[in-house]
Amino acid sequence: MFKSQVAACRRALHVDRLMNDLPDIFTKWFADRRWSIHPHQAEMVARAREKSQVLIAPTGGGKTLAGFLPTLAELASGEHAGLHTIYVSPLKALAADIKRNLGTPIAEMELPIRVEDRTGDTSATMKRRQRVDPPHILLTTPESLALLLTYEDAPRIFADLSRVIIDEIHALAESKRGDQLMLCLAELQSLAPEMRRVGLSATVEDPSAIARFLARHPDPCPVIHADPGPSPDISMLRTEEMPPWSGGGAAYAIPRVLEEIKKHKTTLVFHNTRAQAEIFFHNLWLANDESLPIGIHHGSLAREQRERVEAAMVRGDLRAIVATGSLDLGIDWGDVDLVIQIGAPKNVKRLVQRIGRANHTYNAPSKAILVPANRFEVVECIAALEAVRDADLDGDPRGPGPRDVLCQHILIHACRGPFDARALWQTLTSAGGYADLSEEAFNDCLDMVATGGYALRAYDRWQRLKQRSDGLWELRDPRATKQIRMNLGTIQDTDTLKVRLKNRGGGRPLGEIEEGFAATLTQGDTFLIGGRVVRYEGLREMTVEVTRRADKPPKIATFMGTKFATSTQLSARILRLLGQEAWPELPRHTAEWLALQRRVSKMPTGDRLLIESFPHDGRHHTCVYGFAGRNAMQTLGLLVTERMEAAGLEPRGFVATDYAVLIWGLNEIPDPGPLFDGKNLREAFETWLSGNAVMKRTFRASATIAGLLERNWGHQKRTGRQTSFSSDILYDTLTKYDPEHLMLQITRDEAMKGLVDFGRIEEMLARTAGRIDHVVLDRVTPLAAPLFLEVGKVPVHGEGRERLLEEEAARLMTSSGLDTLPKSAGAP
Amino acid sequence: MNEQRIEFSGEILALQASGSLFWPRMEMLIVSDLHLGKSERIARRGGSLLPPYETTETLTRLSDDIARLNPAHVLCLGDSFDDTRAALDLEDAHRATISSLQAGRRWLWVEGNHDPGPVDLGGEHHAEYRSDGLVFRHIAAKDTRAGEISGHFHPKATIRATSRPCFLCDATRLILPAFGCYTGGLRWTTPALRGLFDAHATAYLTGRKIIAVPVPKAA
Repeated sequence: MFKSQVAACRRALHVDRLMNDLPDIFTKWFADRRWSIHPHQAEMVARAREKSQVLIAPTGGGKTLAGFLPTLAELASGEHAGLHTIYVSPLKALAADIKRNLGTPIAEMELPIRVEDRTGDTSATMKRRQRVDPPHILLTTPESLALLLTYEDAPRIFADLSRVIIDEIHALAESKRGDQLMLCLAELQSLAPEMRRVGLSATVEDPSAIARFLARHPDPCPVIHADPGPSPDISMLRTEEMPPWSGGGAAYAIPRVLEEIKKHKTTLVFHNTRAQAEIFFHNLWLANDESLPIGIHHGSLAREQRERVEAAMVRGDLRAIVATGSLDLGIDWGDVDLVIQIGAPKNVKRLVQRIGRANHTYNAPSKAILVPANRFEVVECIAALEAVRDADLDGDPRGPGPRDVLCQHILIHACRGPFDARALWQTLTSAGGYADLSEEAFNDCLDMVATGGYALRAYDRWQRLKQRSDGLWELRDPRATKQIRMNLGTIQDTDTLKVRLKNRGGGRPLGEIEEGFAATLTQGDTFLIGGRVVRYEGLREMTVEVTRRADKPPKIATFMGTKFATSTQLSARILRLLGQEAWPELPRHTAEWLALQRRVSKMPTGDRLLIESFPHDGRHHTCVYGFAGRNAMQTLGLLVTERMEAAGLEPRGFVATDYAVLIWGLNEIPDPGPLFDGKNLREAFETWLSGNAVMKRTFRASATIAGLLERNWGHQKRTGRQTSFSSDILYDTLTKYDPEHLMLQITRDEAMKGLVDFGRIEEMLARTAGRIDHVVLDRVTPLAAPLFLEVGKVPVHGEGRERLLEEEAARLMTSSGLDTLPKSAGAP
Repeated sequence: MNEQRIEFSGEILALQASGSLFWPRMEMLIVSDLHLGKSERIARRGGSLLPPYETTETLTRLSDDIARLNPAHVLCLGDSFDDTRAALDLEDAHRATISSLQAGRRWLWVEGNHDPGPVDLGGEHHAEYRSDGLVFRHIAAKDTRAGEISGHFHPKATIRATSRPCFLCDATRLILPAFGCYTGGLRWTTPALRGLFDAHATAYLTGRKIIAVPVPKAA
């Protein structure tokens, strides 16, 4: 963490005045190591009395030391008793990392400071001891902090709390974990009014938004910027061989990627999805003639497996790691000198943060190479490079704090003891995201937590929270605290099953695959996990058993929630790039492809909606260039095909990418105008939304967070017992009998911004404002061609699903001979 | 509503896509595992406050089947209530619905493991019920002669990654799916369930239409 200091000491810094704020022992410690303090570190010390402050610094900028210096300085005298500083990081591993790194200055300066971590891995004995006798510095995660706040002795534990440091706040600010953390800070502040807040952030597009997120509303929150360092050395990989028309594998680039790995000390190879990382790693390994040590790291691998890779990385034993977002956060992995991004980055901010992983030496430029996985991604990569050069980061402003998290927080608060509703509302609205929450809206949430909030007042006797005669609210049954604690947190487990090798003394886990994917496997099927091909043998006690006997080409494991959509800003840049007269910056093959599109059809533009119709393979095809990102284009495909079905146009299926949706069917669409009319689309959306699978999935996630469902609802993994009924039934019942219920409103809000992403469709409708170019052609166009090769085609159901089931059943009946058994036919 | 007629132990039975069973010759409708009052029982025990509409929903579906088939007998094959207390706590409106369904027909409650005691509602109570060579009991007996109809297990079948409540049937036994709204299921290949049937058992999936499938080996 502190090695960047070495580089910095070569620079002349005029921070002597600021250094005066540090005790002499610190000045001496820096001097002994021939280090000098970075200006932003000195400024953090000088402004340590601010109620809140945010530090924006690139990776390797000594960010964490900057955050801790004031704490160390304040604790150096040994006068402070009790808990002084809480450090919160999104990753358990980061907390352990920091503990190790803080150990050095504390030991060398012999500071009287006790540092401990508290995460899900901490023993129960240690946790109890920490509540009685807290350390000076507690390193923890948002969930562990929230848990601490459920104890009735929280006021005593936090009474002396002086500072809270939130690391990687940019990452937390994008998720509900961040919302939960900010509600916890609001509570901490009411327990320790003098508490100061510090946020440490990577480069973001809107630092003031992070500041508003962190600060106690409406306190000001100054932003300190570290020197961003030299511009990154970033380029796109140009190959003689043309990238393929579609797909995300980038197998064509394997030889060149291997060359680059050989040329560098340590390379991180980032992928957008876990499945792609698996395939790429597999192919890389097959081509790895020199047996370079290369590892793979992603969130679906077993913890043991990930930890092995992490340890090897820290030791410097690995030349490359193929990874996904699980490596995105700021753990210090050693000397990475090259970052390779496979596939278009989809989001410029994430790209910049990933590039920051290379070259932790502060004043050397980070080096990164983008590898487009297909022809269209060449355009996307070039647009992203321009955005990086212009420091034009993207990000969607965060809406108000989600109410499901608020509901959970009310339960957390209730665990601590009886409370006054209005006082709690006042405390919680000091969190930036909830500043605009009206007392009425808060009371609606309280009502749902207390009674279920149903139109039918069914639970009078069994309310979860009861209002006492003195007006305070309390848990009806104090034993409920146990259940609330178990349910705490906002991270949703997707329904995954562990994968183990068969017959291995219990079998060590290789990782996890999604239940939905496991359901499609039959014995003998093969798939990739941890870069290895394994053979599916069967399911035992909800564990997928596999062997290494792989004799078929692998099916690819599918993982949810990893499909990023190209951001609005990047999409706009791509549209601008397409609009150019010529494309000297693009490789020739790509420029020629675009020129051909312009010749035979039209080029999409930002202010008009291009729709192409053409026959192919005996079917009518319609391609819509919406440039609204994958999720929104998928939603558009679902909506439009449903409307086509209603209009008798007999659609048969569609496929969506970040830039277009291709729909095919039996009939020609004479006039697509009405199909894409904003009003009609919105109406169709309303009807469609209520019965949608995405809504059901969102409902389960939000209802679990809000405490209406218990975690792992419907997935009690016990053998020989009935599983709980599906949360889908609850959703259907609620929709039918109580359509205005708060939980359904919350579900809707969440779905709009998540996978459904209707907001991006709105954005598309607004910029094209009904200006539709409908081009009718007699054959496939250059821009539409790649869509034919896309995987993930969605059949239009209608009667489809039922028919598939019947066909499958008939096949099974015939093959088993059961269809010949006597039985009479069904009645009408 | 779709149905599938099968021959079972010498009788013709009509499996309803809704999950109920109709015995045309006797004009008898059989439903199993209604689990009325489930959400309240969960709340009473300090669990989640689930949408309290499942009793209404289950009774509505039962009313639909009764209106459609107009049976002379209705037999509830056990676990009609989630527990005895749920039966006592039944709301007046639901009590009235059940009374009106009972009017003009014979109503039989077979005991289940969730609701063993008698309840203060109309109808007869039976530990098990025999009629014309068929025996109706809540839990399948280990040794039984052919013609046993039971419930209890809430069987669920999975084909093409789609899971549906189902009837399970061989020459000896027929097990009904749970008719209640908030009821989970037990996989059809679970040994405790699969082991009750011979190698040639058939599953009849409920839903929009009855779909017949052979039951795979135990897993």
